[in-house]
Amino acid sequence: MTSNNIAISIQNVKKSFGALQAVNGVNLNIIKGEYVAMLGPNGAGKTTLMEMVEGIQQQDEGEIIINGKTWKNHEDELHKLLGISLQETHFFDKLKVKETVKLFASFYSIPDSRCAEILKLVNLEEKAEAFVINLSGGQRQRLALGIALINNPEIILLDEPTTGLDPTARREIWDILFKLKKEKNITMILTTHYMEEADYLCDRIVILDKGSILAQGTLDELLSKNESSEIIEFSLEGDNSNVQLPDGNGKKQLNYDAKTEKWQLLVDDIIAYLPFFLEEMKRQNKKIKTLECRKMTLDDLFIAMTGRRLTE
Amino acid sequence: MQQLWQMILVQIREFYRNPGILFWTLGFPILMAWGLGIAFTKQGEPVKHVAWVNENSSSKTITNFIGADLNHKKIGNDKSGYTDYIFEKATWNEAIQMIKRGKVAMIILEKGDSLQYQLDPKNPEAQLAQLQISYALKNGNITADSNEIQTFSQVGTRYIDFLIPGLMAMNIMMSCMWGISYTLIDRRGKKLLRRMVATPMNKSLFLFSHLITRIMMSAIEATLLLTFAYLYFDISIQGSYTALISMIIAGNVIFFGLAVLTSSRTSNTQIGNGLINVVVMPMMVSSGIFFSYHNFPDWITPVIEKLPLTLMADNIRSIFIEGAGFSQVWPALAILTGTGTLFYLIGLKIYKWY
Repeated sequence: MTSNNIAISIQNVKKSFGALQAVNGVNLNIIKGEYVAMLGPNGAGKTTLMEMVEGIQQQDEGEIIINGKTWKNHEDELHKLLGISLQETHFFDKLKVKETVKLFASFYSIPDSRCAEILKLVNLEEKAEAFVINLSGGQRQRLALGIALINNPEIILLDEPTTGLDPTARREIWDILFKLKKEKNITMILTTHYMEEADYLCDRIVILDKGSILAQGTLDELLSKNESSEIIEFSLEGDNSNVQLPDGNGKKQLNYDAKTEKWQLLVDDIIAYLPFFLEEMKRQNKKIKTLECRKMTLDDLFIAMTGRRLTE
Repeated sequence: MQQLWQMILVQIREFYRNPGILFWTLGFPILMAWGLGIAFTKQGEPVKHVAWVNENSSSKTITNFIGADLNHKKIGNDKSGYTDYIFEKATWNEAIQMIKRGKVAMIILEKGDSLQYQLDPKNPEAQLAQLQISYALKNGNITADSNEIQTFSQVGTRYIDFLIPGLMAMNIMMSCMWGISYTLIDRRGKKLLRRMVATPMNKSLFLFSHLITRIMMSAIEATLLLTFAYLYFDISIQGSYTALISMIIAGNVIFFGLAVLTSSRTSNTQIGNGLINVVVMPMMVSSGIFFSYHNFPDWITPVIEKLPLTLMADNIRSIFIEGAGFSQVWPALAILTGTGTLFYLIGLKIYKWY
């Protein structure tokens, strides 16, 4: 990794709000053309970190260098280099889609012809004459994405672009982003709650918790790092609050999720462990109410690492 | 230039695409001028109530005065106008209750063979009633030499002449304070400002575009109001048109500055509501839009005279009524534009975009 192919370099960045340490010493380099997903529960520091990269917030400590430039010295250039979609933006209710794009184009002194291209890119040509207030959630997010792309940015920063959208609308956003990746050598940071989004779109997943990076890598890397990659999830009839299982036979970890009222048992190999598990339950005179065997997900990984859910 | 034009277009479009705003900014001021004009100029004779207590008294003064079968009497004459006094016959306790409820301002008490007026001397309505009734009782009626009283008929001396310029000034204040402050606070709350400044947008140009739009709106508003006032109340401008246009622009500048300052920090529209009212309400009440501020105590009039709305209303009025031109209004123009620019610069300095 040479320094001139790094798009964004985040070095030991810290930010606190009063007593709350929102971002606590994050180091992260993002290569040109790379799609990076930031995952983490609410309050993990994703948005604060994003806003520091966007130049909206200033870090207390550390440095953020984008294409060799900092916000302090190159504000105008960075504005032109970046495309941004904030977590929730309302545009002007009684402005048409076309007019909204035109307004933002004027901030970059971009000719009107670009507006048509943008509307085509985000599939809003048919809605060009519609008022923003009449758009659906998915259409509004596509408009936000279109506006983020208006200046042909080298780097796009998208804060939860698909939160609250139904699967079809989410898929439409993914297709646009996927196409961008294929056709242009664009760099992207995206924050999300959805593991499948991170997995589908991004080259690298960064998991944040309490302002620090907990783990990073591809989905496979992350899951294999934790060795145990299979889960038996169960609940019991009657008293479900107390379960003891002897160690050995490939048992890794046993967690109780109070929210779903289910136990999660991390094992090396389900097929090897399951007969032992069933026998042990019988021996303890416990009746199984539900039982599910599956591969580990990022959410499980997060629970294994922190005891909390990713989607909290 | 393209940027400024697009910013102005946003506001114009939002304006004409919201029929509600169209009514409240253009229709409402005219309706208000019409309503107030009618209420104060074309009213019939006023009717006033007094309580009349005659418990076991031998006095027949009031009965003789109003007539045995009647309960009211017109007092006055053709020139100065009549007031129709209704004498509410009541027991003492009932009369006191009427006073407490504000139904009457004065009690006339017939006791033995004498007559007493019971009133609060600080209540001008009661004072007037006492004067008129006692005078009429002694003389039979308020008579006056018909040449002694001359009624105002000259344009410029009527209440409506006083009202229209004030309304024009008030509209400018309201349109800036609500149209700019409230909109900007709302946009900050919706994170739209944050999104806009994440682009190379020119921030001062963005705020400035609001001033331009407001001046354009003021021009339309003022033209409509003037046309209406001319056609309906026969009001015309005695002074200089350019002075009037300059005053309207200066008024927009001062209230634009105040609006930017008011909207500079909060993102909560309810706090915004309060802040705007803090600026607007004292001026609405004291600046002499509806009634002259010279009724306030003497010590406070010098303060009132320096309020932006007072300055604007007084000077627009002098252009309308007294035929003032540039040479009379330039100090006000300079003060309004200067302080407006100062407020704007302070506002811009502390403006919270995120």
